[in-house]
Amino acid sequence: MSSPPSPSPNRWFKALRRTRLGEPCLKTYPLECVELLKRARAAFQAGRTAKEGFRLAQLEAVVRMLVEHECDFVDALGRDLHKPRFETVVSELILVKNEALHAINNLKKWMQPQHVERNLSTTLDECLVVNEPLGVVLIMGTWCSPVQLCLVPLVGAIAAGNCAMINPPEYTSHTAELLHRLIPSYLDNECFHVIVTGTNDLAQIVGLKFEHVFFIGNREEAGRVAQAAALTLTPVTLVLGGKNPCYVDQQCDITTTAQRIAWARFHNAGQSAVAPDYILCHVDVKERLVQALKCCLMQFYGSDPRESRSFGRMVNLETFNRTRDLLWRSGKVAVGGQVIEAEKYIAPTILTEVVESDPIMQHEVFGPVLPILTVKNVDEAVAFINKQEKPLCVYAYSSNSKVISRLMSETSSGSFCSNDSILQSLMVVLPFGGVGASGMGSYHGRYSFDTFSHRKSCLLRGTRFECVTYLRYPPYEDRNLSLMTWASTLSQKSQGWCQIL
Amino acid sequence: MDRDSQSRVVARLRSAFRSGVTVPEQFRLTQLSNLLALVRENEQLILDAVHKDLAKPKFEAVLSEIDIVANELYHAIDNLSSWMQTNYVTKNLATKVDDAFVRWEPLGVVLIIGAWNYPLQVILIPLVGAIAAGNCAIVKPSEISTATESLLADLIPKYLSQDCYAVVRGGPEETKALLENRFDHIFYTGSQQVARKILQAASVHLTPVTLELGGKCPCLIYGRVNIATTARRLAWAKFFNTGQSCVAPDYVLCSPETRDALLPALRKVLEDFYSKEPQKSPDLGRIVSDGHWTRLVELLGKTRGKVVLGGENHQEDKYIAPTVVVDVEESDVLMEQEIFGPILPFLTITSLEEGIDFINRREKALALYVFSEESSVVTTVMENTSSGGFCSNDGIIHMCLPTLPFGGVGASGFGCYHGHWSFETFSHRRGCLLRGWALERINGLRYPPYREDSLSWLRWTVSGKKTSCTLM
Repeated sequence: MSSPPSPSPNRWFKALRRTRLGEPCLKTYPLECVELLKRARAAFQAGRTAKEGFRLAQLEAVVRMLVEHECDFVDALGRDLHKPRFETVVSELILVKNEALHAINNLKKWMQPQHVERNLSTTLDECLVVNEPLGVVLIMGTWCSPVQLCLVPLVGAIAAGNCAMINPPEYTSHTAELLHRLIPSYLDNECFHVIVTGTNDLAQIVGLKFEHVFFIGNREEAGRVAQAAALTLTPVTLVLGGKNPCYVDQQCDITTTAQRIAWARFHNAGQSAVAPDYILCHVDVKERLVQALKCCLMQFYGSDPRESRSFGRMVNLETFNRTRDLLWRSGKVAVGGQVIEAEKYIAPTILTEVVESDPIMQHEVFGPVLPILTVKNVDEAVAFINKQEKPLCVYAYSSNSKVISRLMSETSSGSFCSNDSILQSLMVVLPFGGVGASGMGSYHGRYSFDTFSHRKSCLLRGTRFECVTYLRYPPYEDRNLSLMTWASTLSQKSQGWCQIL
Repeated sequence: MDRDSQSRVVARLRSAFRSGVTVPEQFRLTQLSNLLALVRENEQLILDAVHKDLAKPKFEAVLSEIDIVANELYHAIDNLSSWMQTNYVTKNLATKVDDAFVRWEPLGVVLIIGAWNYPLQVILIPLVGAIAAGNCAIVKPSEISTATESLLADLIPKYLSQDCYAVVRGGPEETKALLENRFDHIFYTGSQQVARKILQAASVHLTPVTLELGGKCPCLIYGRVNIATTARRLAWAKFFNTGQSCVAPDYVLCSPETRDALLPALRKVLEDFYSKEPQKSPDLGRIVSDGHWTRLVELLGKTRGKVVLGGENHQEDKYIAPTVVVDVEESDVLMEQEIFGPILPFLTITSLEEGIDFINRREKALALYVFSEESSVVTTVMENTSSGGFCSNDGIIHMCLPTLPFGGVGASGFGCYHGHWSFETFSHRRGCLLRGWALERINGLRYPPYREDSLSWLRWTVSGKKTSCTLM
């Protein structure tokens, strides 16, 4: 008995994986990734991405994609994260558009070689640093802002002249599917590919060998990425999370502070790597802060945030359970605390009487729960912060510039912001990234371009002026050596550098 | 040093860093000046040590171990103030009344692992950067260049703060143990094989790494060529330090005619440099170890090319004459790995495209050289190949200018250093935004409950004129 010819392996597996709920479950298998990588590499080697015109066209296409499919993105993120339309447009779409426009406006300048200062012996030569693309890069975003975290690095990769494989997170499956569908219609089909893989395949994908791996996610996954990259000597950029401390001083505008903190903490239902993770509140203002936050939450989300169209949901049950457990086992609920499993809903919650040993202080809070600890003074706050791993951001709210200065200079973190939160991570002109446990490397604006470029030093000499160079050849004579060393002490500021080689 | 002693050293440095002592500009300047004194006051000792390790001629040692380090120190001391400055950035509409800037912050405790071919330079130049950036540092010199290793272990504690800087000695086992500690940056110069192990150890702590590796640096000689000057500069770059440089031209690609013109010129140049009996010349160094000598001599034995210059060797002396091999094919044993010795293979090409394709088929090397009088040839190669660095009509010296970044790409490594680039490598660039309480009405646009009109307002500020702006 002959069996009907089986469909190609990809289609077969895709069909098998359609879940009971009828939701598409897209997945790109490693073998397919190898094929796509081969195509991207061939396109790169053919020089497709090198010209400024090509890069500009691709960047413009990204902008068009976001404009023309705004509704689709709003819809997808609504389904994945219950993200309000406002948040999607502002924190995902406009952000990427800004980056793309900034790149378009500055690309010519960024692509220019930089001439560097020369010394005595190279005065007649051309000494420059040329920015070269790396090749094919891998971008792995994470689920809390799936569009922005995949597309902002992509803007940098395109601007720098690379090909790229984009790996949107599997948790936000509608967004992943949307990107998978849209990108081929807007970007060059040989140079840019969207692959959807699970976290289990991380190491395998990285092991396929890229020229740079850009990873945004959690520490555990980052470790696996770094391990896999080590085997192929691949440079990585890691943007991880961390517990971002937020110090509130006794001298501050409490109302505005509460508003800015609440906005930062509770947008996207708290699922943000740059939100303030915990508050270190000066003991004198704690009551007022809690009161002000309560008012704020009422103002933002009404008396029942579950009804509010401005408040989101947890991405999946796993995150929901984890956050709920932390909430239940730590401190005391001062505001909020309601949870509804069927909806993956956790109310905007403020916890007080939290101590350092509480479970919520041992893990990054990736949900709408804000623990408040009290401190007696700035010294205590600084000491507390420095006991922890270096976070992605440190925040400080105070009207006293000396206090701000202390918080800034006595702690270390990816970035710092005073009297507001998150904004520093949105500015296209500031580098954004982590340090220590919160990651390595940075991006946004020009920094993205640099991350995905190789800075090649070029020294262009002529052969005409051998007269000075002759000093360096054997047979070596002490007399020549003295001449060269003497010449070394001649230049800048009487102790400057100079080589006559 | 055993595991426990190592951990104690790391702990000591970490607590020194935590105390903030390395941060002030004055401290950094003092340490840099002390390091300069170390180099200047111990010249003879340094020359003796590198001579013991590599039979390095005094001239080469002064240039490549002492002067280059001294120059980096002068450059750092002169410029430290401006390097440490915060960089203010242009602001957008929403942040016009705020302060937005980038601060340079030290990382913490860094580890610098050296190599044996320029034992002082590859330890001290990164150390200059680490100190300038305000870090504490552990330095692990190569155990193969034993005399220099001992010298550094002796001198560094005498000149630099013992709380903040330390030398750890040992071989592969001790290095493995050392890497179990957590560092804030690891700077490694050496081979790909060891680099992988270092990256794996670093990935456990998510430590950023700079890798300065090597590769087979191609040397393309094409078009109209100034034969005499090319021969001289090529020979100098190749046989400096007996070919044991990560940026030495590894092999030559040229047309048969060019090769035939170059060979007699090279013969003459080698005689000018090292006399007719190079083994007696005080200006030619030796191979660092028996193992490496054997490896190189075996290559000479196995190659299917023809030795036209040199080829003489002497085991006890670890001597190999400056050697040129022609008729080498791509599949030859000499083309398998980085040569790292005084053997120069010549491969022939019939066109520039062929040469460029050949280069692009292979891994990216630390340096790429082109000798040609025609600037179009130089430009074509520069734009169509990739490498750590590039130099036309000379070799090696592009790495002597502190304002040029020195580092690899692809298989030759990642990250870079020298001059300001060292300072950047060992720093964290922290973005800072200092806001006030003003403009809360505008800020308020972003708060829930979300309204369509606020959205339109925000959107309006980014539309039109293709200029980016954020009012968030």
